[in-house]
Amino acid sequence: MEKTFKRCQSLYDVPTHYCPGCGHGIAHRLVAEVVDELKIREKTIGIAPVGCAVVAYDYWNFDCSEAAHGRALAVATAIKRVHPQNIVFTYQGDGDLAAIGTNETIHAANRGENLSVVFINNAVYGMTGGQLAPTTLLGQKTSTSLEGREKKAHGYPLKISEMLALLPGVCYIERVSLESPVEVLKAKRAIKRAFENQINNLGFSLVEILSSCPTYWGLSPKESLDWIRDVMQKEFPLGRIK
Amino acid sequence: MAKTKILLSGNEAIAQGAIQAGCSFYAGYPITPQNELIAYMAKHMSKKGVFIQAESELAAINMVYGASAAGVRAMTSSSSPGISLMQEGISYIAGSQLPVVIVNIMRGGPGLGNIAPAQSDYFQATRGGGHGDYHSIVLAPGSVQEAYDLTQVSFDLADKYRIPVMILGDGILGQMMEPVQLSIKKFKANTFKSWALTGCKERKPNIVKSFFLREGALEEANLKLQRNYEIIRKKEERFEGLFLSDAKIILVAYGTMARIAKSAISQLRSVGKKVGLIRPISLWPFPQKPFNLKNKKIKYLVLEMSYGQMLEDVKLAVGGRQRIEFLGRSGGGVPNEEQIINKVNKIL
Repeated sequence: MEKTFKRCQSLYDVPTHYCPGCGHGIAHRLVAEVVDELKIREKTIGIAPVGCAVVAYDYWNFDCSEAAHGRALAVATAIKRVHPQNIVFTYQGDGDLAAIGTNETIHAANRGENLSVVFINNAVYGMTGGQLAPTTLLGQKTSTSLEGREKKAHGYPLKISEMLALLPGVCYIERVSLESPVEVLKAKRAIKRAFENQINNLGFSLVEILSSCPTYWGLSPKESLDWIRDVMQKEFPLGRIK
Repeated sequence: MAKTKILLSGNEAIAQGAIQAGCSFYAGYPITPQNELIAYMAKHMSKKGVFIQAESELAAINMVYGASAAGVRAMTSSSSPGISLMQEGISYIAGSQLPVVIVNIMRGGPGLGNIAPAQSDYFQATRGGGHGDYHSIVLAPGSVQEAYDLTQVSFDLADKYRIPVMILGDGILGQMMEPVQLSIKKFKANTFKSWALTGCKERKPNIVKSFFLREGALEEANLKLQRNYEIIRKKEERFEGLFLSDAKIILVAYGTMARIAKSAISQLRSVGKKVGLIRPISLWPFPQKPFNLKNKKIKYLVLEMSYGQMLEDVKLAVGGRQRIEFLGRSGGGVPNEEQIINKVNKIL
């Protein structure tokens, strides 16, 4: 019988440190599947963020660099410029990419760096205990917005993908979700496209992935997926942005 | 390169030295008084190299982190306020054991300060500067020629010890022009680095990181750094000594301050005063060898364009065995020959 599902070569066989129902494990696997399918494992260099995915290199079986919080795209810019033949991507959360690293994000995109970005939006700071993120929804309770995000005090959920789409150096931006198997497959297609764009020297590509954080949403894993579909996707509509 | 002597500013000499040493990646952000350096790199860097004007010093230092992780010789430059912004990145570079060259052409502080020359970043440069138990090798050129030469040495030291190396100059050194004898030796730039990120073809994946979460792992990583620092302390002291055999009073000064000290010394010696000079070239490791602790009568006069920073290292070297005096000005003020001579005469 043909084996239709197996471990990716780009993933190590190790236990996960992520919480039950967390989206990172799926996103890590999607990246690994894409790297395997494009046969680029031996020339891929990943940049791990600061956040829950800080040890992404403990899962991925290819070269990786750490980057200081928010600086992944500065590090990636240099690695790609030094090794244009390699495939370089960053994997960043919302706090990393859209708060502390906004400047690096915007300028790498504006330079049209030939990079692929996997942007995990879970609307909260996971690693540090569920604080308000730039992408936290209005009304969403966090450990630093106890009554829920309030526009006067905290501003609005930041739509960094829509902002980046304005820049001429950006070739591709799509928002996807991990709320159901169908959406997971779409997410994989988007990640693959972002990597293919880089292979074809088309410039800056970013995939924003709406991902669950049951622990700091105070929901069960199943409820978290429902919340992505019913609440989060209303604020962050899925689909091709550029 | 032809055997030529050309007129360069200190900033340009550092840039030319870097290019000569095989630096193939430069990222920087404009700030006075080091702008000639970034402009020179933009103009003269080889087409094969990478020059990026970064969006900030934060981005610049992290770009240099990435380039070094990718295995090439990489440099950034700035002046005091910009170097403060880079401290996070320098800490990560030290923790990840990456070879990087960082140039600080110091200006007055604290805060925005002014654009006058100063030496007031000594503590920040020699004590690590960012968070964590780490050091950068710090080299302080005293002339434009030495700025050119030491820049090349910096890249070798950075590669040899996998450590950030800082070239610490001031606005006078950066701006002043002197003839520079260009080196004709060819560097073996970008020698093979087995740890670099190049893609894991035919080897296990490489990881560049400073994060060690497992119990005991960070202590191990720190001890590795400390063992490296111990070797550097033993092997990489650099200094210039003048008239140390007969001096009764020894001026201790580095960089531009040492040039002024030399002028004062030649005047003082012309009237028979036994004055010598210790010019630390490596500020970290701080040179211990030139301090002759056996002669209790020797006195030291520490001179700085700051308010008693290197003074602490001289006190540590001397260990209370000899008398130490201090003369320092900063914020645009520079101790002049007359002030030095007056101070020496008072001490003698």
